[in-house]
Amino acid sequence: MNEKPQYSVMLFKAVSYVLKAEKILKKEGLPHKLIPVPKNISSDCGICLRFEPALQSKIEVALLNKVEIEEVRALKE
Amino acid sequence: MNRNIIYFDNAATSWPKPPEIIAAMQNYMQNIGGSPGRSGHRLSIEAARIVFDTREKISQLFNVPDPLRIVLTRNATEALNIAIFGFLKTGDHVITSGMEHNSVMRPLRAMEARGIDITVVSCDSEGILDPVNIVKAIKKNTKAIFITNASNVTGTVMPVSDIGRIAREHGLVLCVDAAQTAGCYPIDVIEMNIDLLAFTGHKALFGPSGTGGLYIREGLEKSIEPICVGGTGSRSEVEVQPDFMPDRFEAGTPNTVGIAGLRAGVEFILSKGVAQIKNKEEKLVQMFIDGVRELPGIILYGQKSMELRTPVVSFNIAGMDPAAVALDLDERFGIMSRSGLHCAPSAHKTIDTYPVGTVRFSFSYFNTEEQIITSIEALQKISKSRI
Ligand SMILES: Cc1ncc(COP(=O)(O)O)c(C=O)c1O
Repeated sequence: MNEKPQYSVMLFKAVSYVLKAEKILKKEGLPHKLIPVPKNISSDCGICLRFEPALQSKIEVALLNKVEIEEVRALKE
Repeated sequence: MNRNIIYFDNAATSWPKPPEIIAAMQNYMQNIGGSPGRSGHRLSIEAARIVFDTREKISQLFNVPDPLRIVLTRNATEALNIAIFGFLKTGDHVITSGMEHNSVMRPLRAMEARGIDITVVSCDSEGILDPVNIVKAIKKNTKAIFITNASNVTGTVMPVSDIGRIAREHGLVLCVDAAQTAGCYPIDVIEMNIDLLAFTGHKALFGPSGTGGLYIREGLEKSIEPICVGGTGSRSEVEVQPDFMPDRFEAGTPNTVGIAGLRAGVEFILSKGVAQIKNKEEKLVQMFIDGVRELPGIILYGQKSMELRTPVVSFNIAGMDPAAVALDLDERFGIMSRSGLHCAPSAHKTIDTYPVGTVRFSFSYFNTEEQIITSIEALQKISKSRI
């Protein structure tokens, strides 16, 4: 019924980029969680950032020119 | 710690280390243990946080704008090998000084055999370099300047800021060997126009051996080929090395336990402040020099100014073999020093102590005035006993 995904994930080049993003988001007080990259999204090992879709633009602004984002995807449960 | 030991060999490797370093390494081994950047579980992430945080603290220390510009290596030697073998191409000309360590000279000489042209700019007998001579050495095909920040033989600090300005004006890349300065002398890669900064973790940064790194200015990584490629935990689906920082230069599982120690070391430096550390060490050097200056037969090498030197003093006692002096210092007085050429033959040629070398004392934040007094008394006795 409700088609909207509960979460989105943001993918980065490497774990160190995720951690750089994490530090910035913590400082900005933007809620997020580090999770292993779901296999249906990418075959790459490693981790990504999970967050509520409503926060996407705020997060993108916070990371602008600081951490390169690879892509943002809906996380379907 | 053995209270009777006086350790004056900190330019080789620092000892003792602050207790926080040992605690951080033990904590990683006991409670974390994961491989950074490889897996998604919490212990792997915790390990990756340690590594990232280390890059951040190092960046803070050297005023590096982005922690991902720091490549972590085994030591300064590996960092310099990346900068030299990865960056120079046949037909390039490079400029270096007559005070370099073999970790710069040997890779450069190896490149010379592959068609790189090298100019070694001489320094005066105190190891001081006149930047004008750098300008004079510039040719049409000059690509880079490789310079030590301070000599490991005399402690003489090189005019890196002036050289940085020259490099900028002439469009040259400046690579600085900070093995002797990182942690005990102020470094600002932006203000000094440093493009590549090689540092080691186990000297004045108080990390364990097996740690070090290379700062690479933004964009420059594209012109540097990695000298070691392999797994990085990133881009696993492709079989070519990632082109982004720092993964491009960090193949293989890192020395995470060492990096945990290095992080604690850099934290220690940041909490004390380089200025306070330098101040204390400067006093020790001054006190030592004042105490031995008048001893019969003593010959002191290097820069007179306390400001422009690291806590390293090279000396000889006329008529005595430096190796014999070092042995006597160890056996009779418990003083650990280093004699010989200190992996820097050209520096010894510059100060005219080749091939015999010198005795080198190198102090750290943990040495005391009492130890300096003991060492002055020891040298009094040794110099009296000569022939
Ligand atoms: C001036 C200088 N450069 C480079 C190095 C090399 O450092 P590492 O042996 O840690 O690679 C040293 C010390 O050994 C040094 O004193």
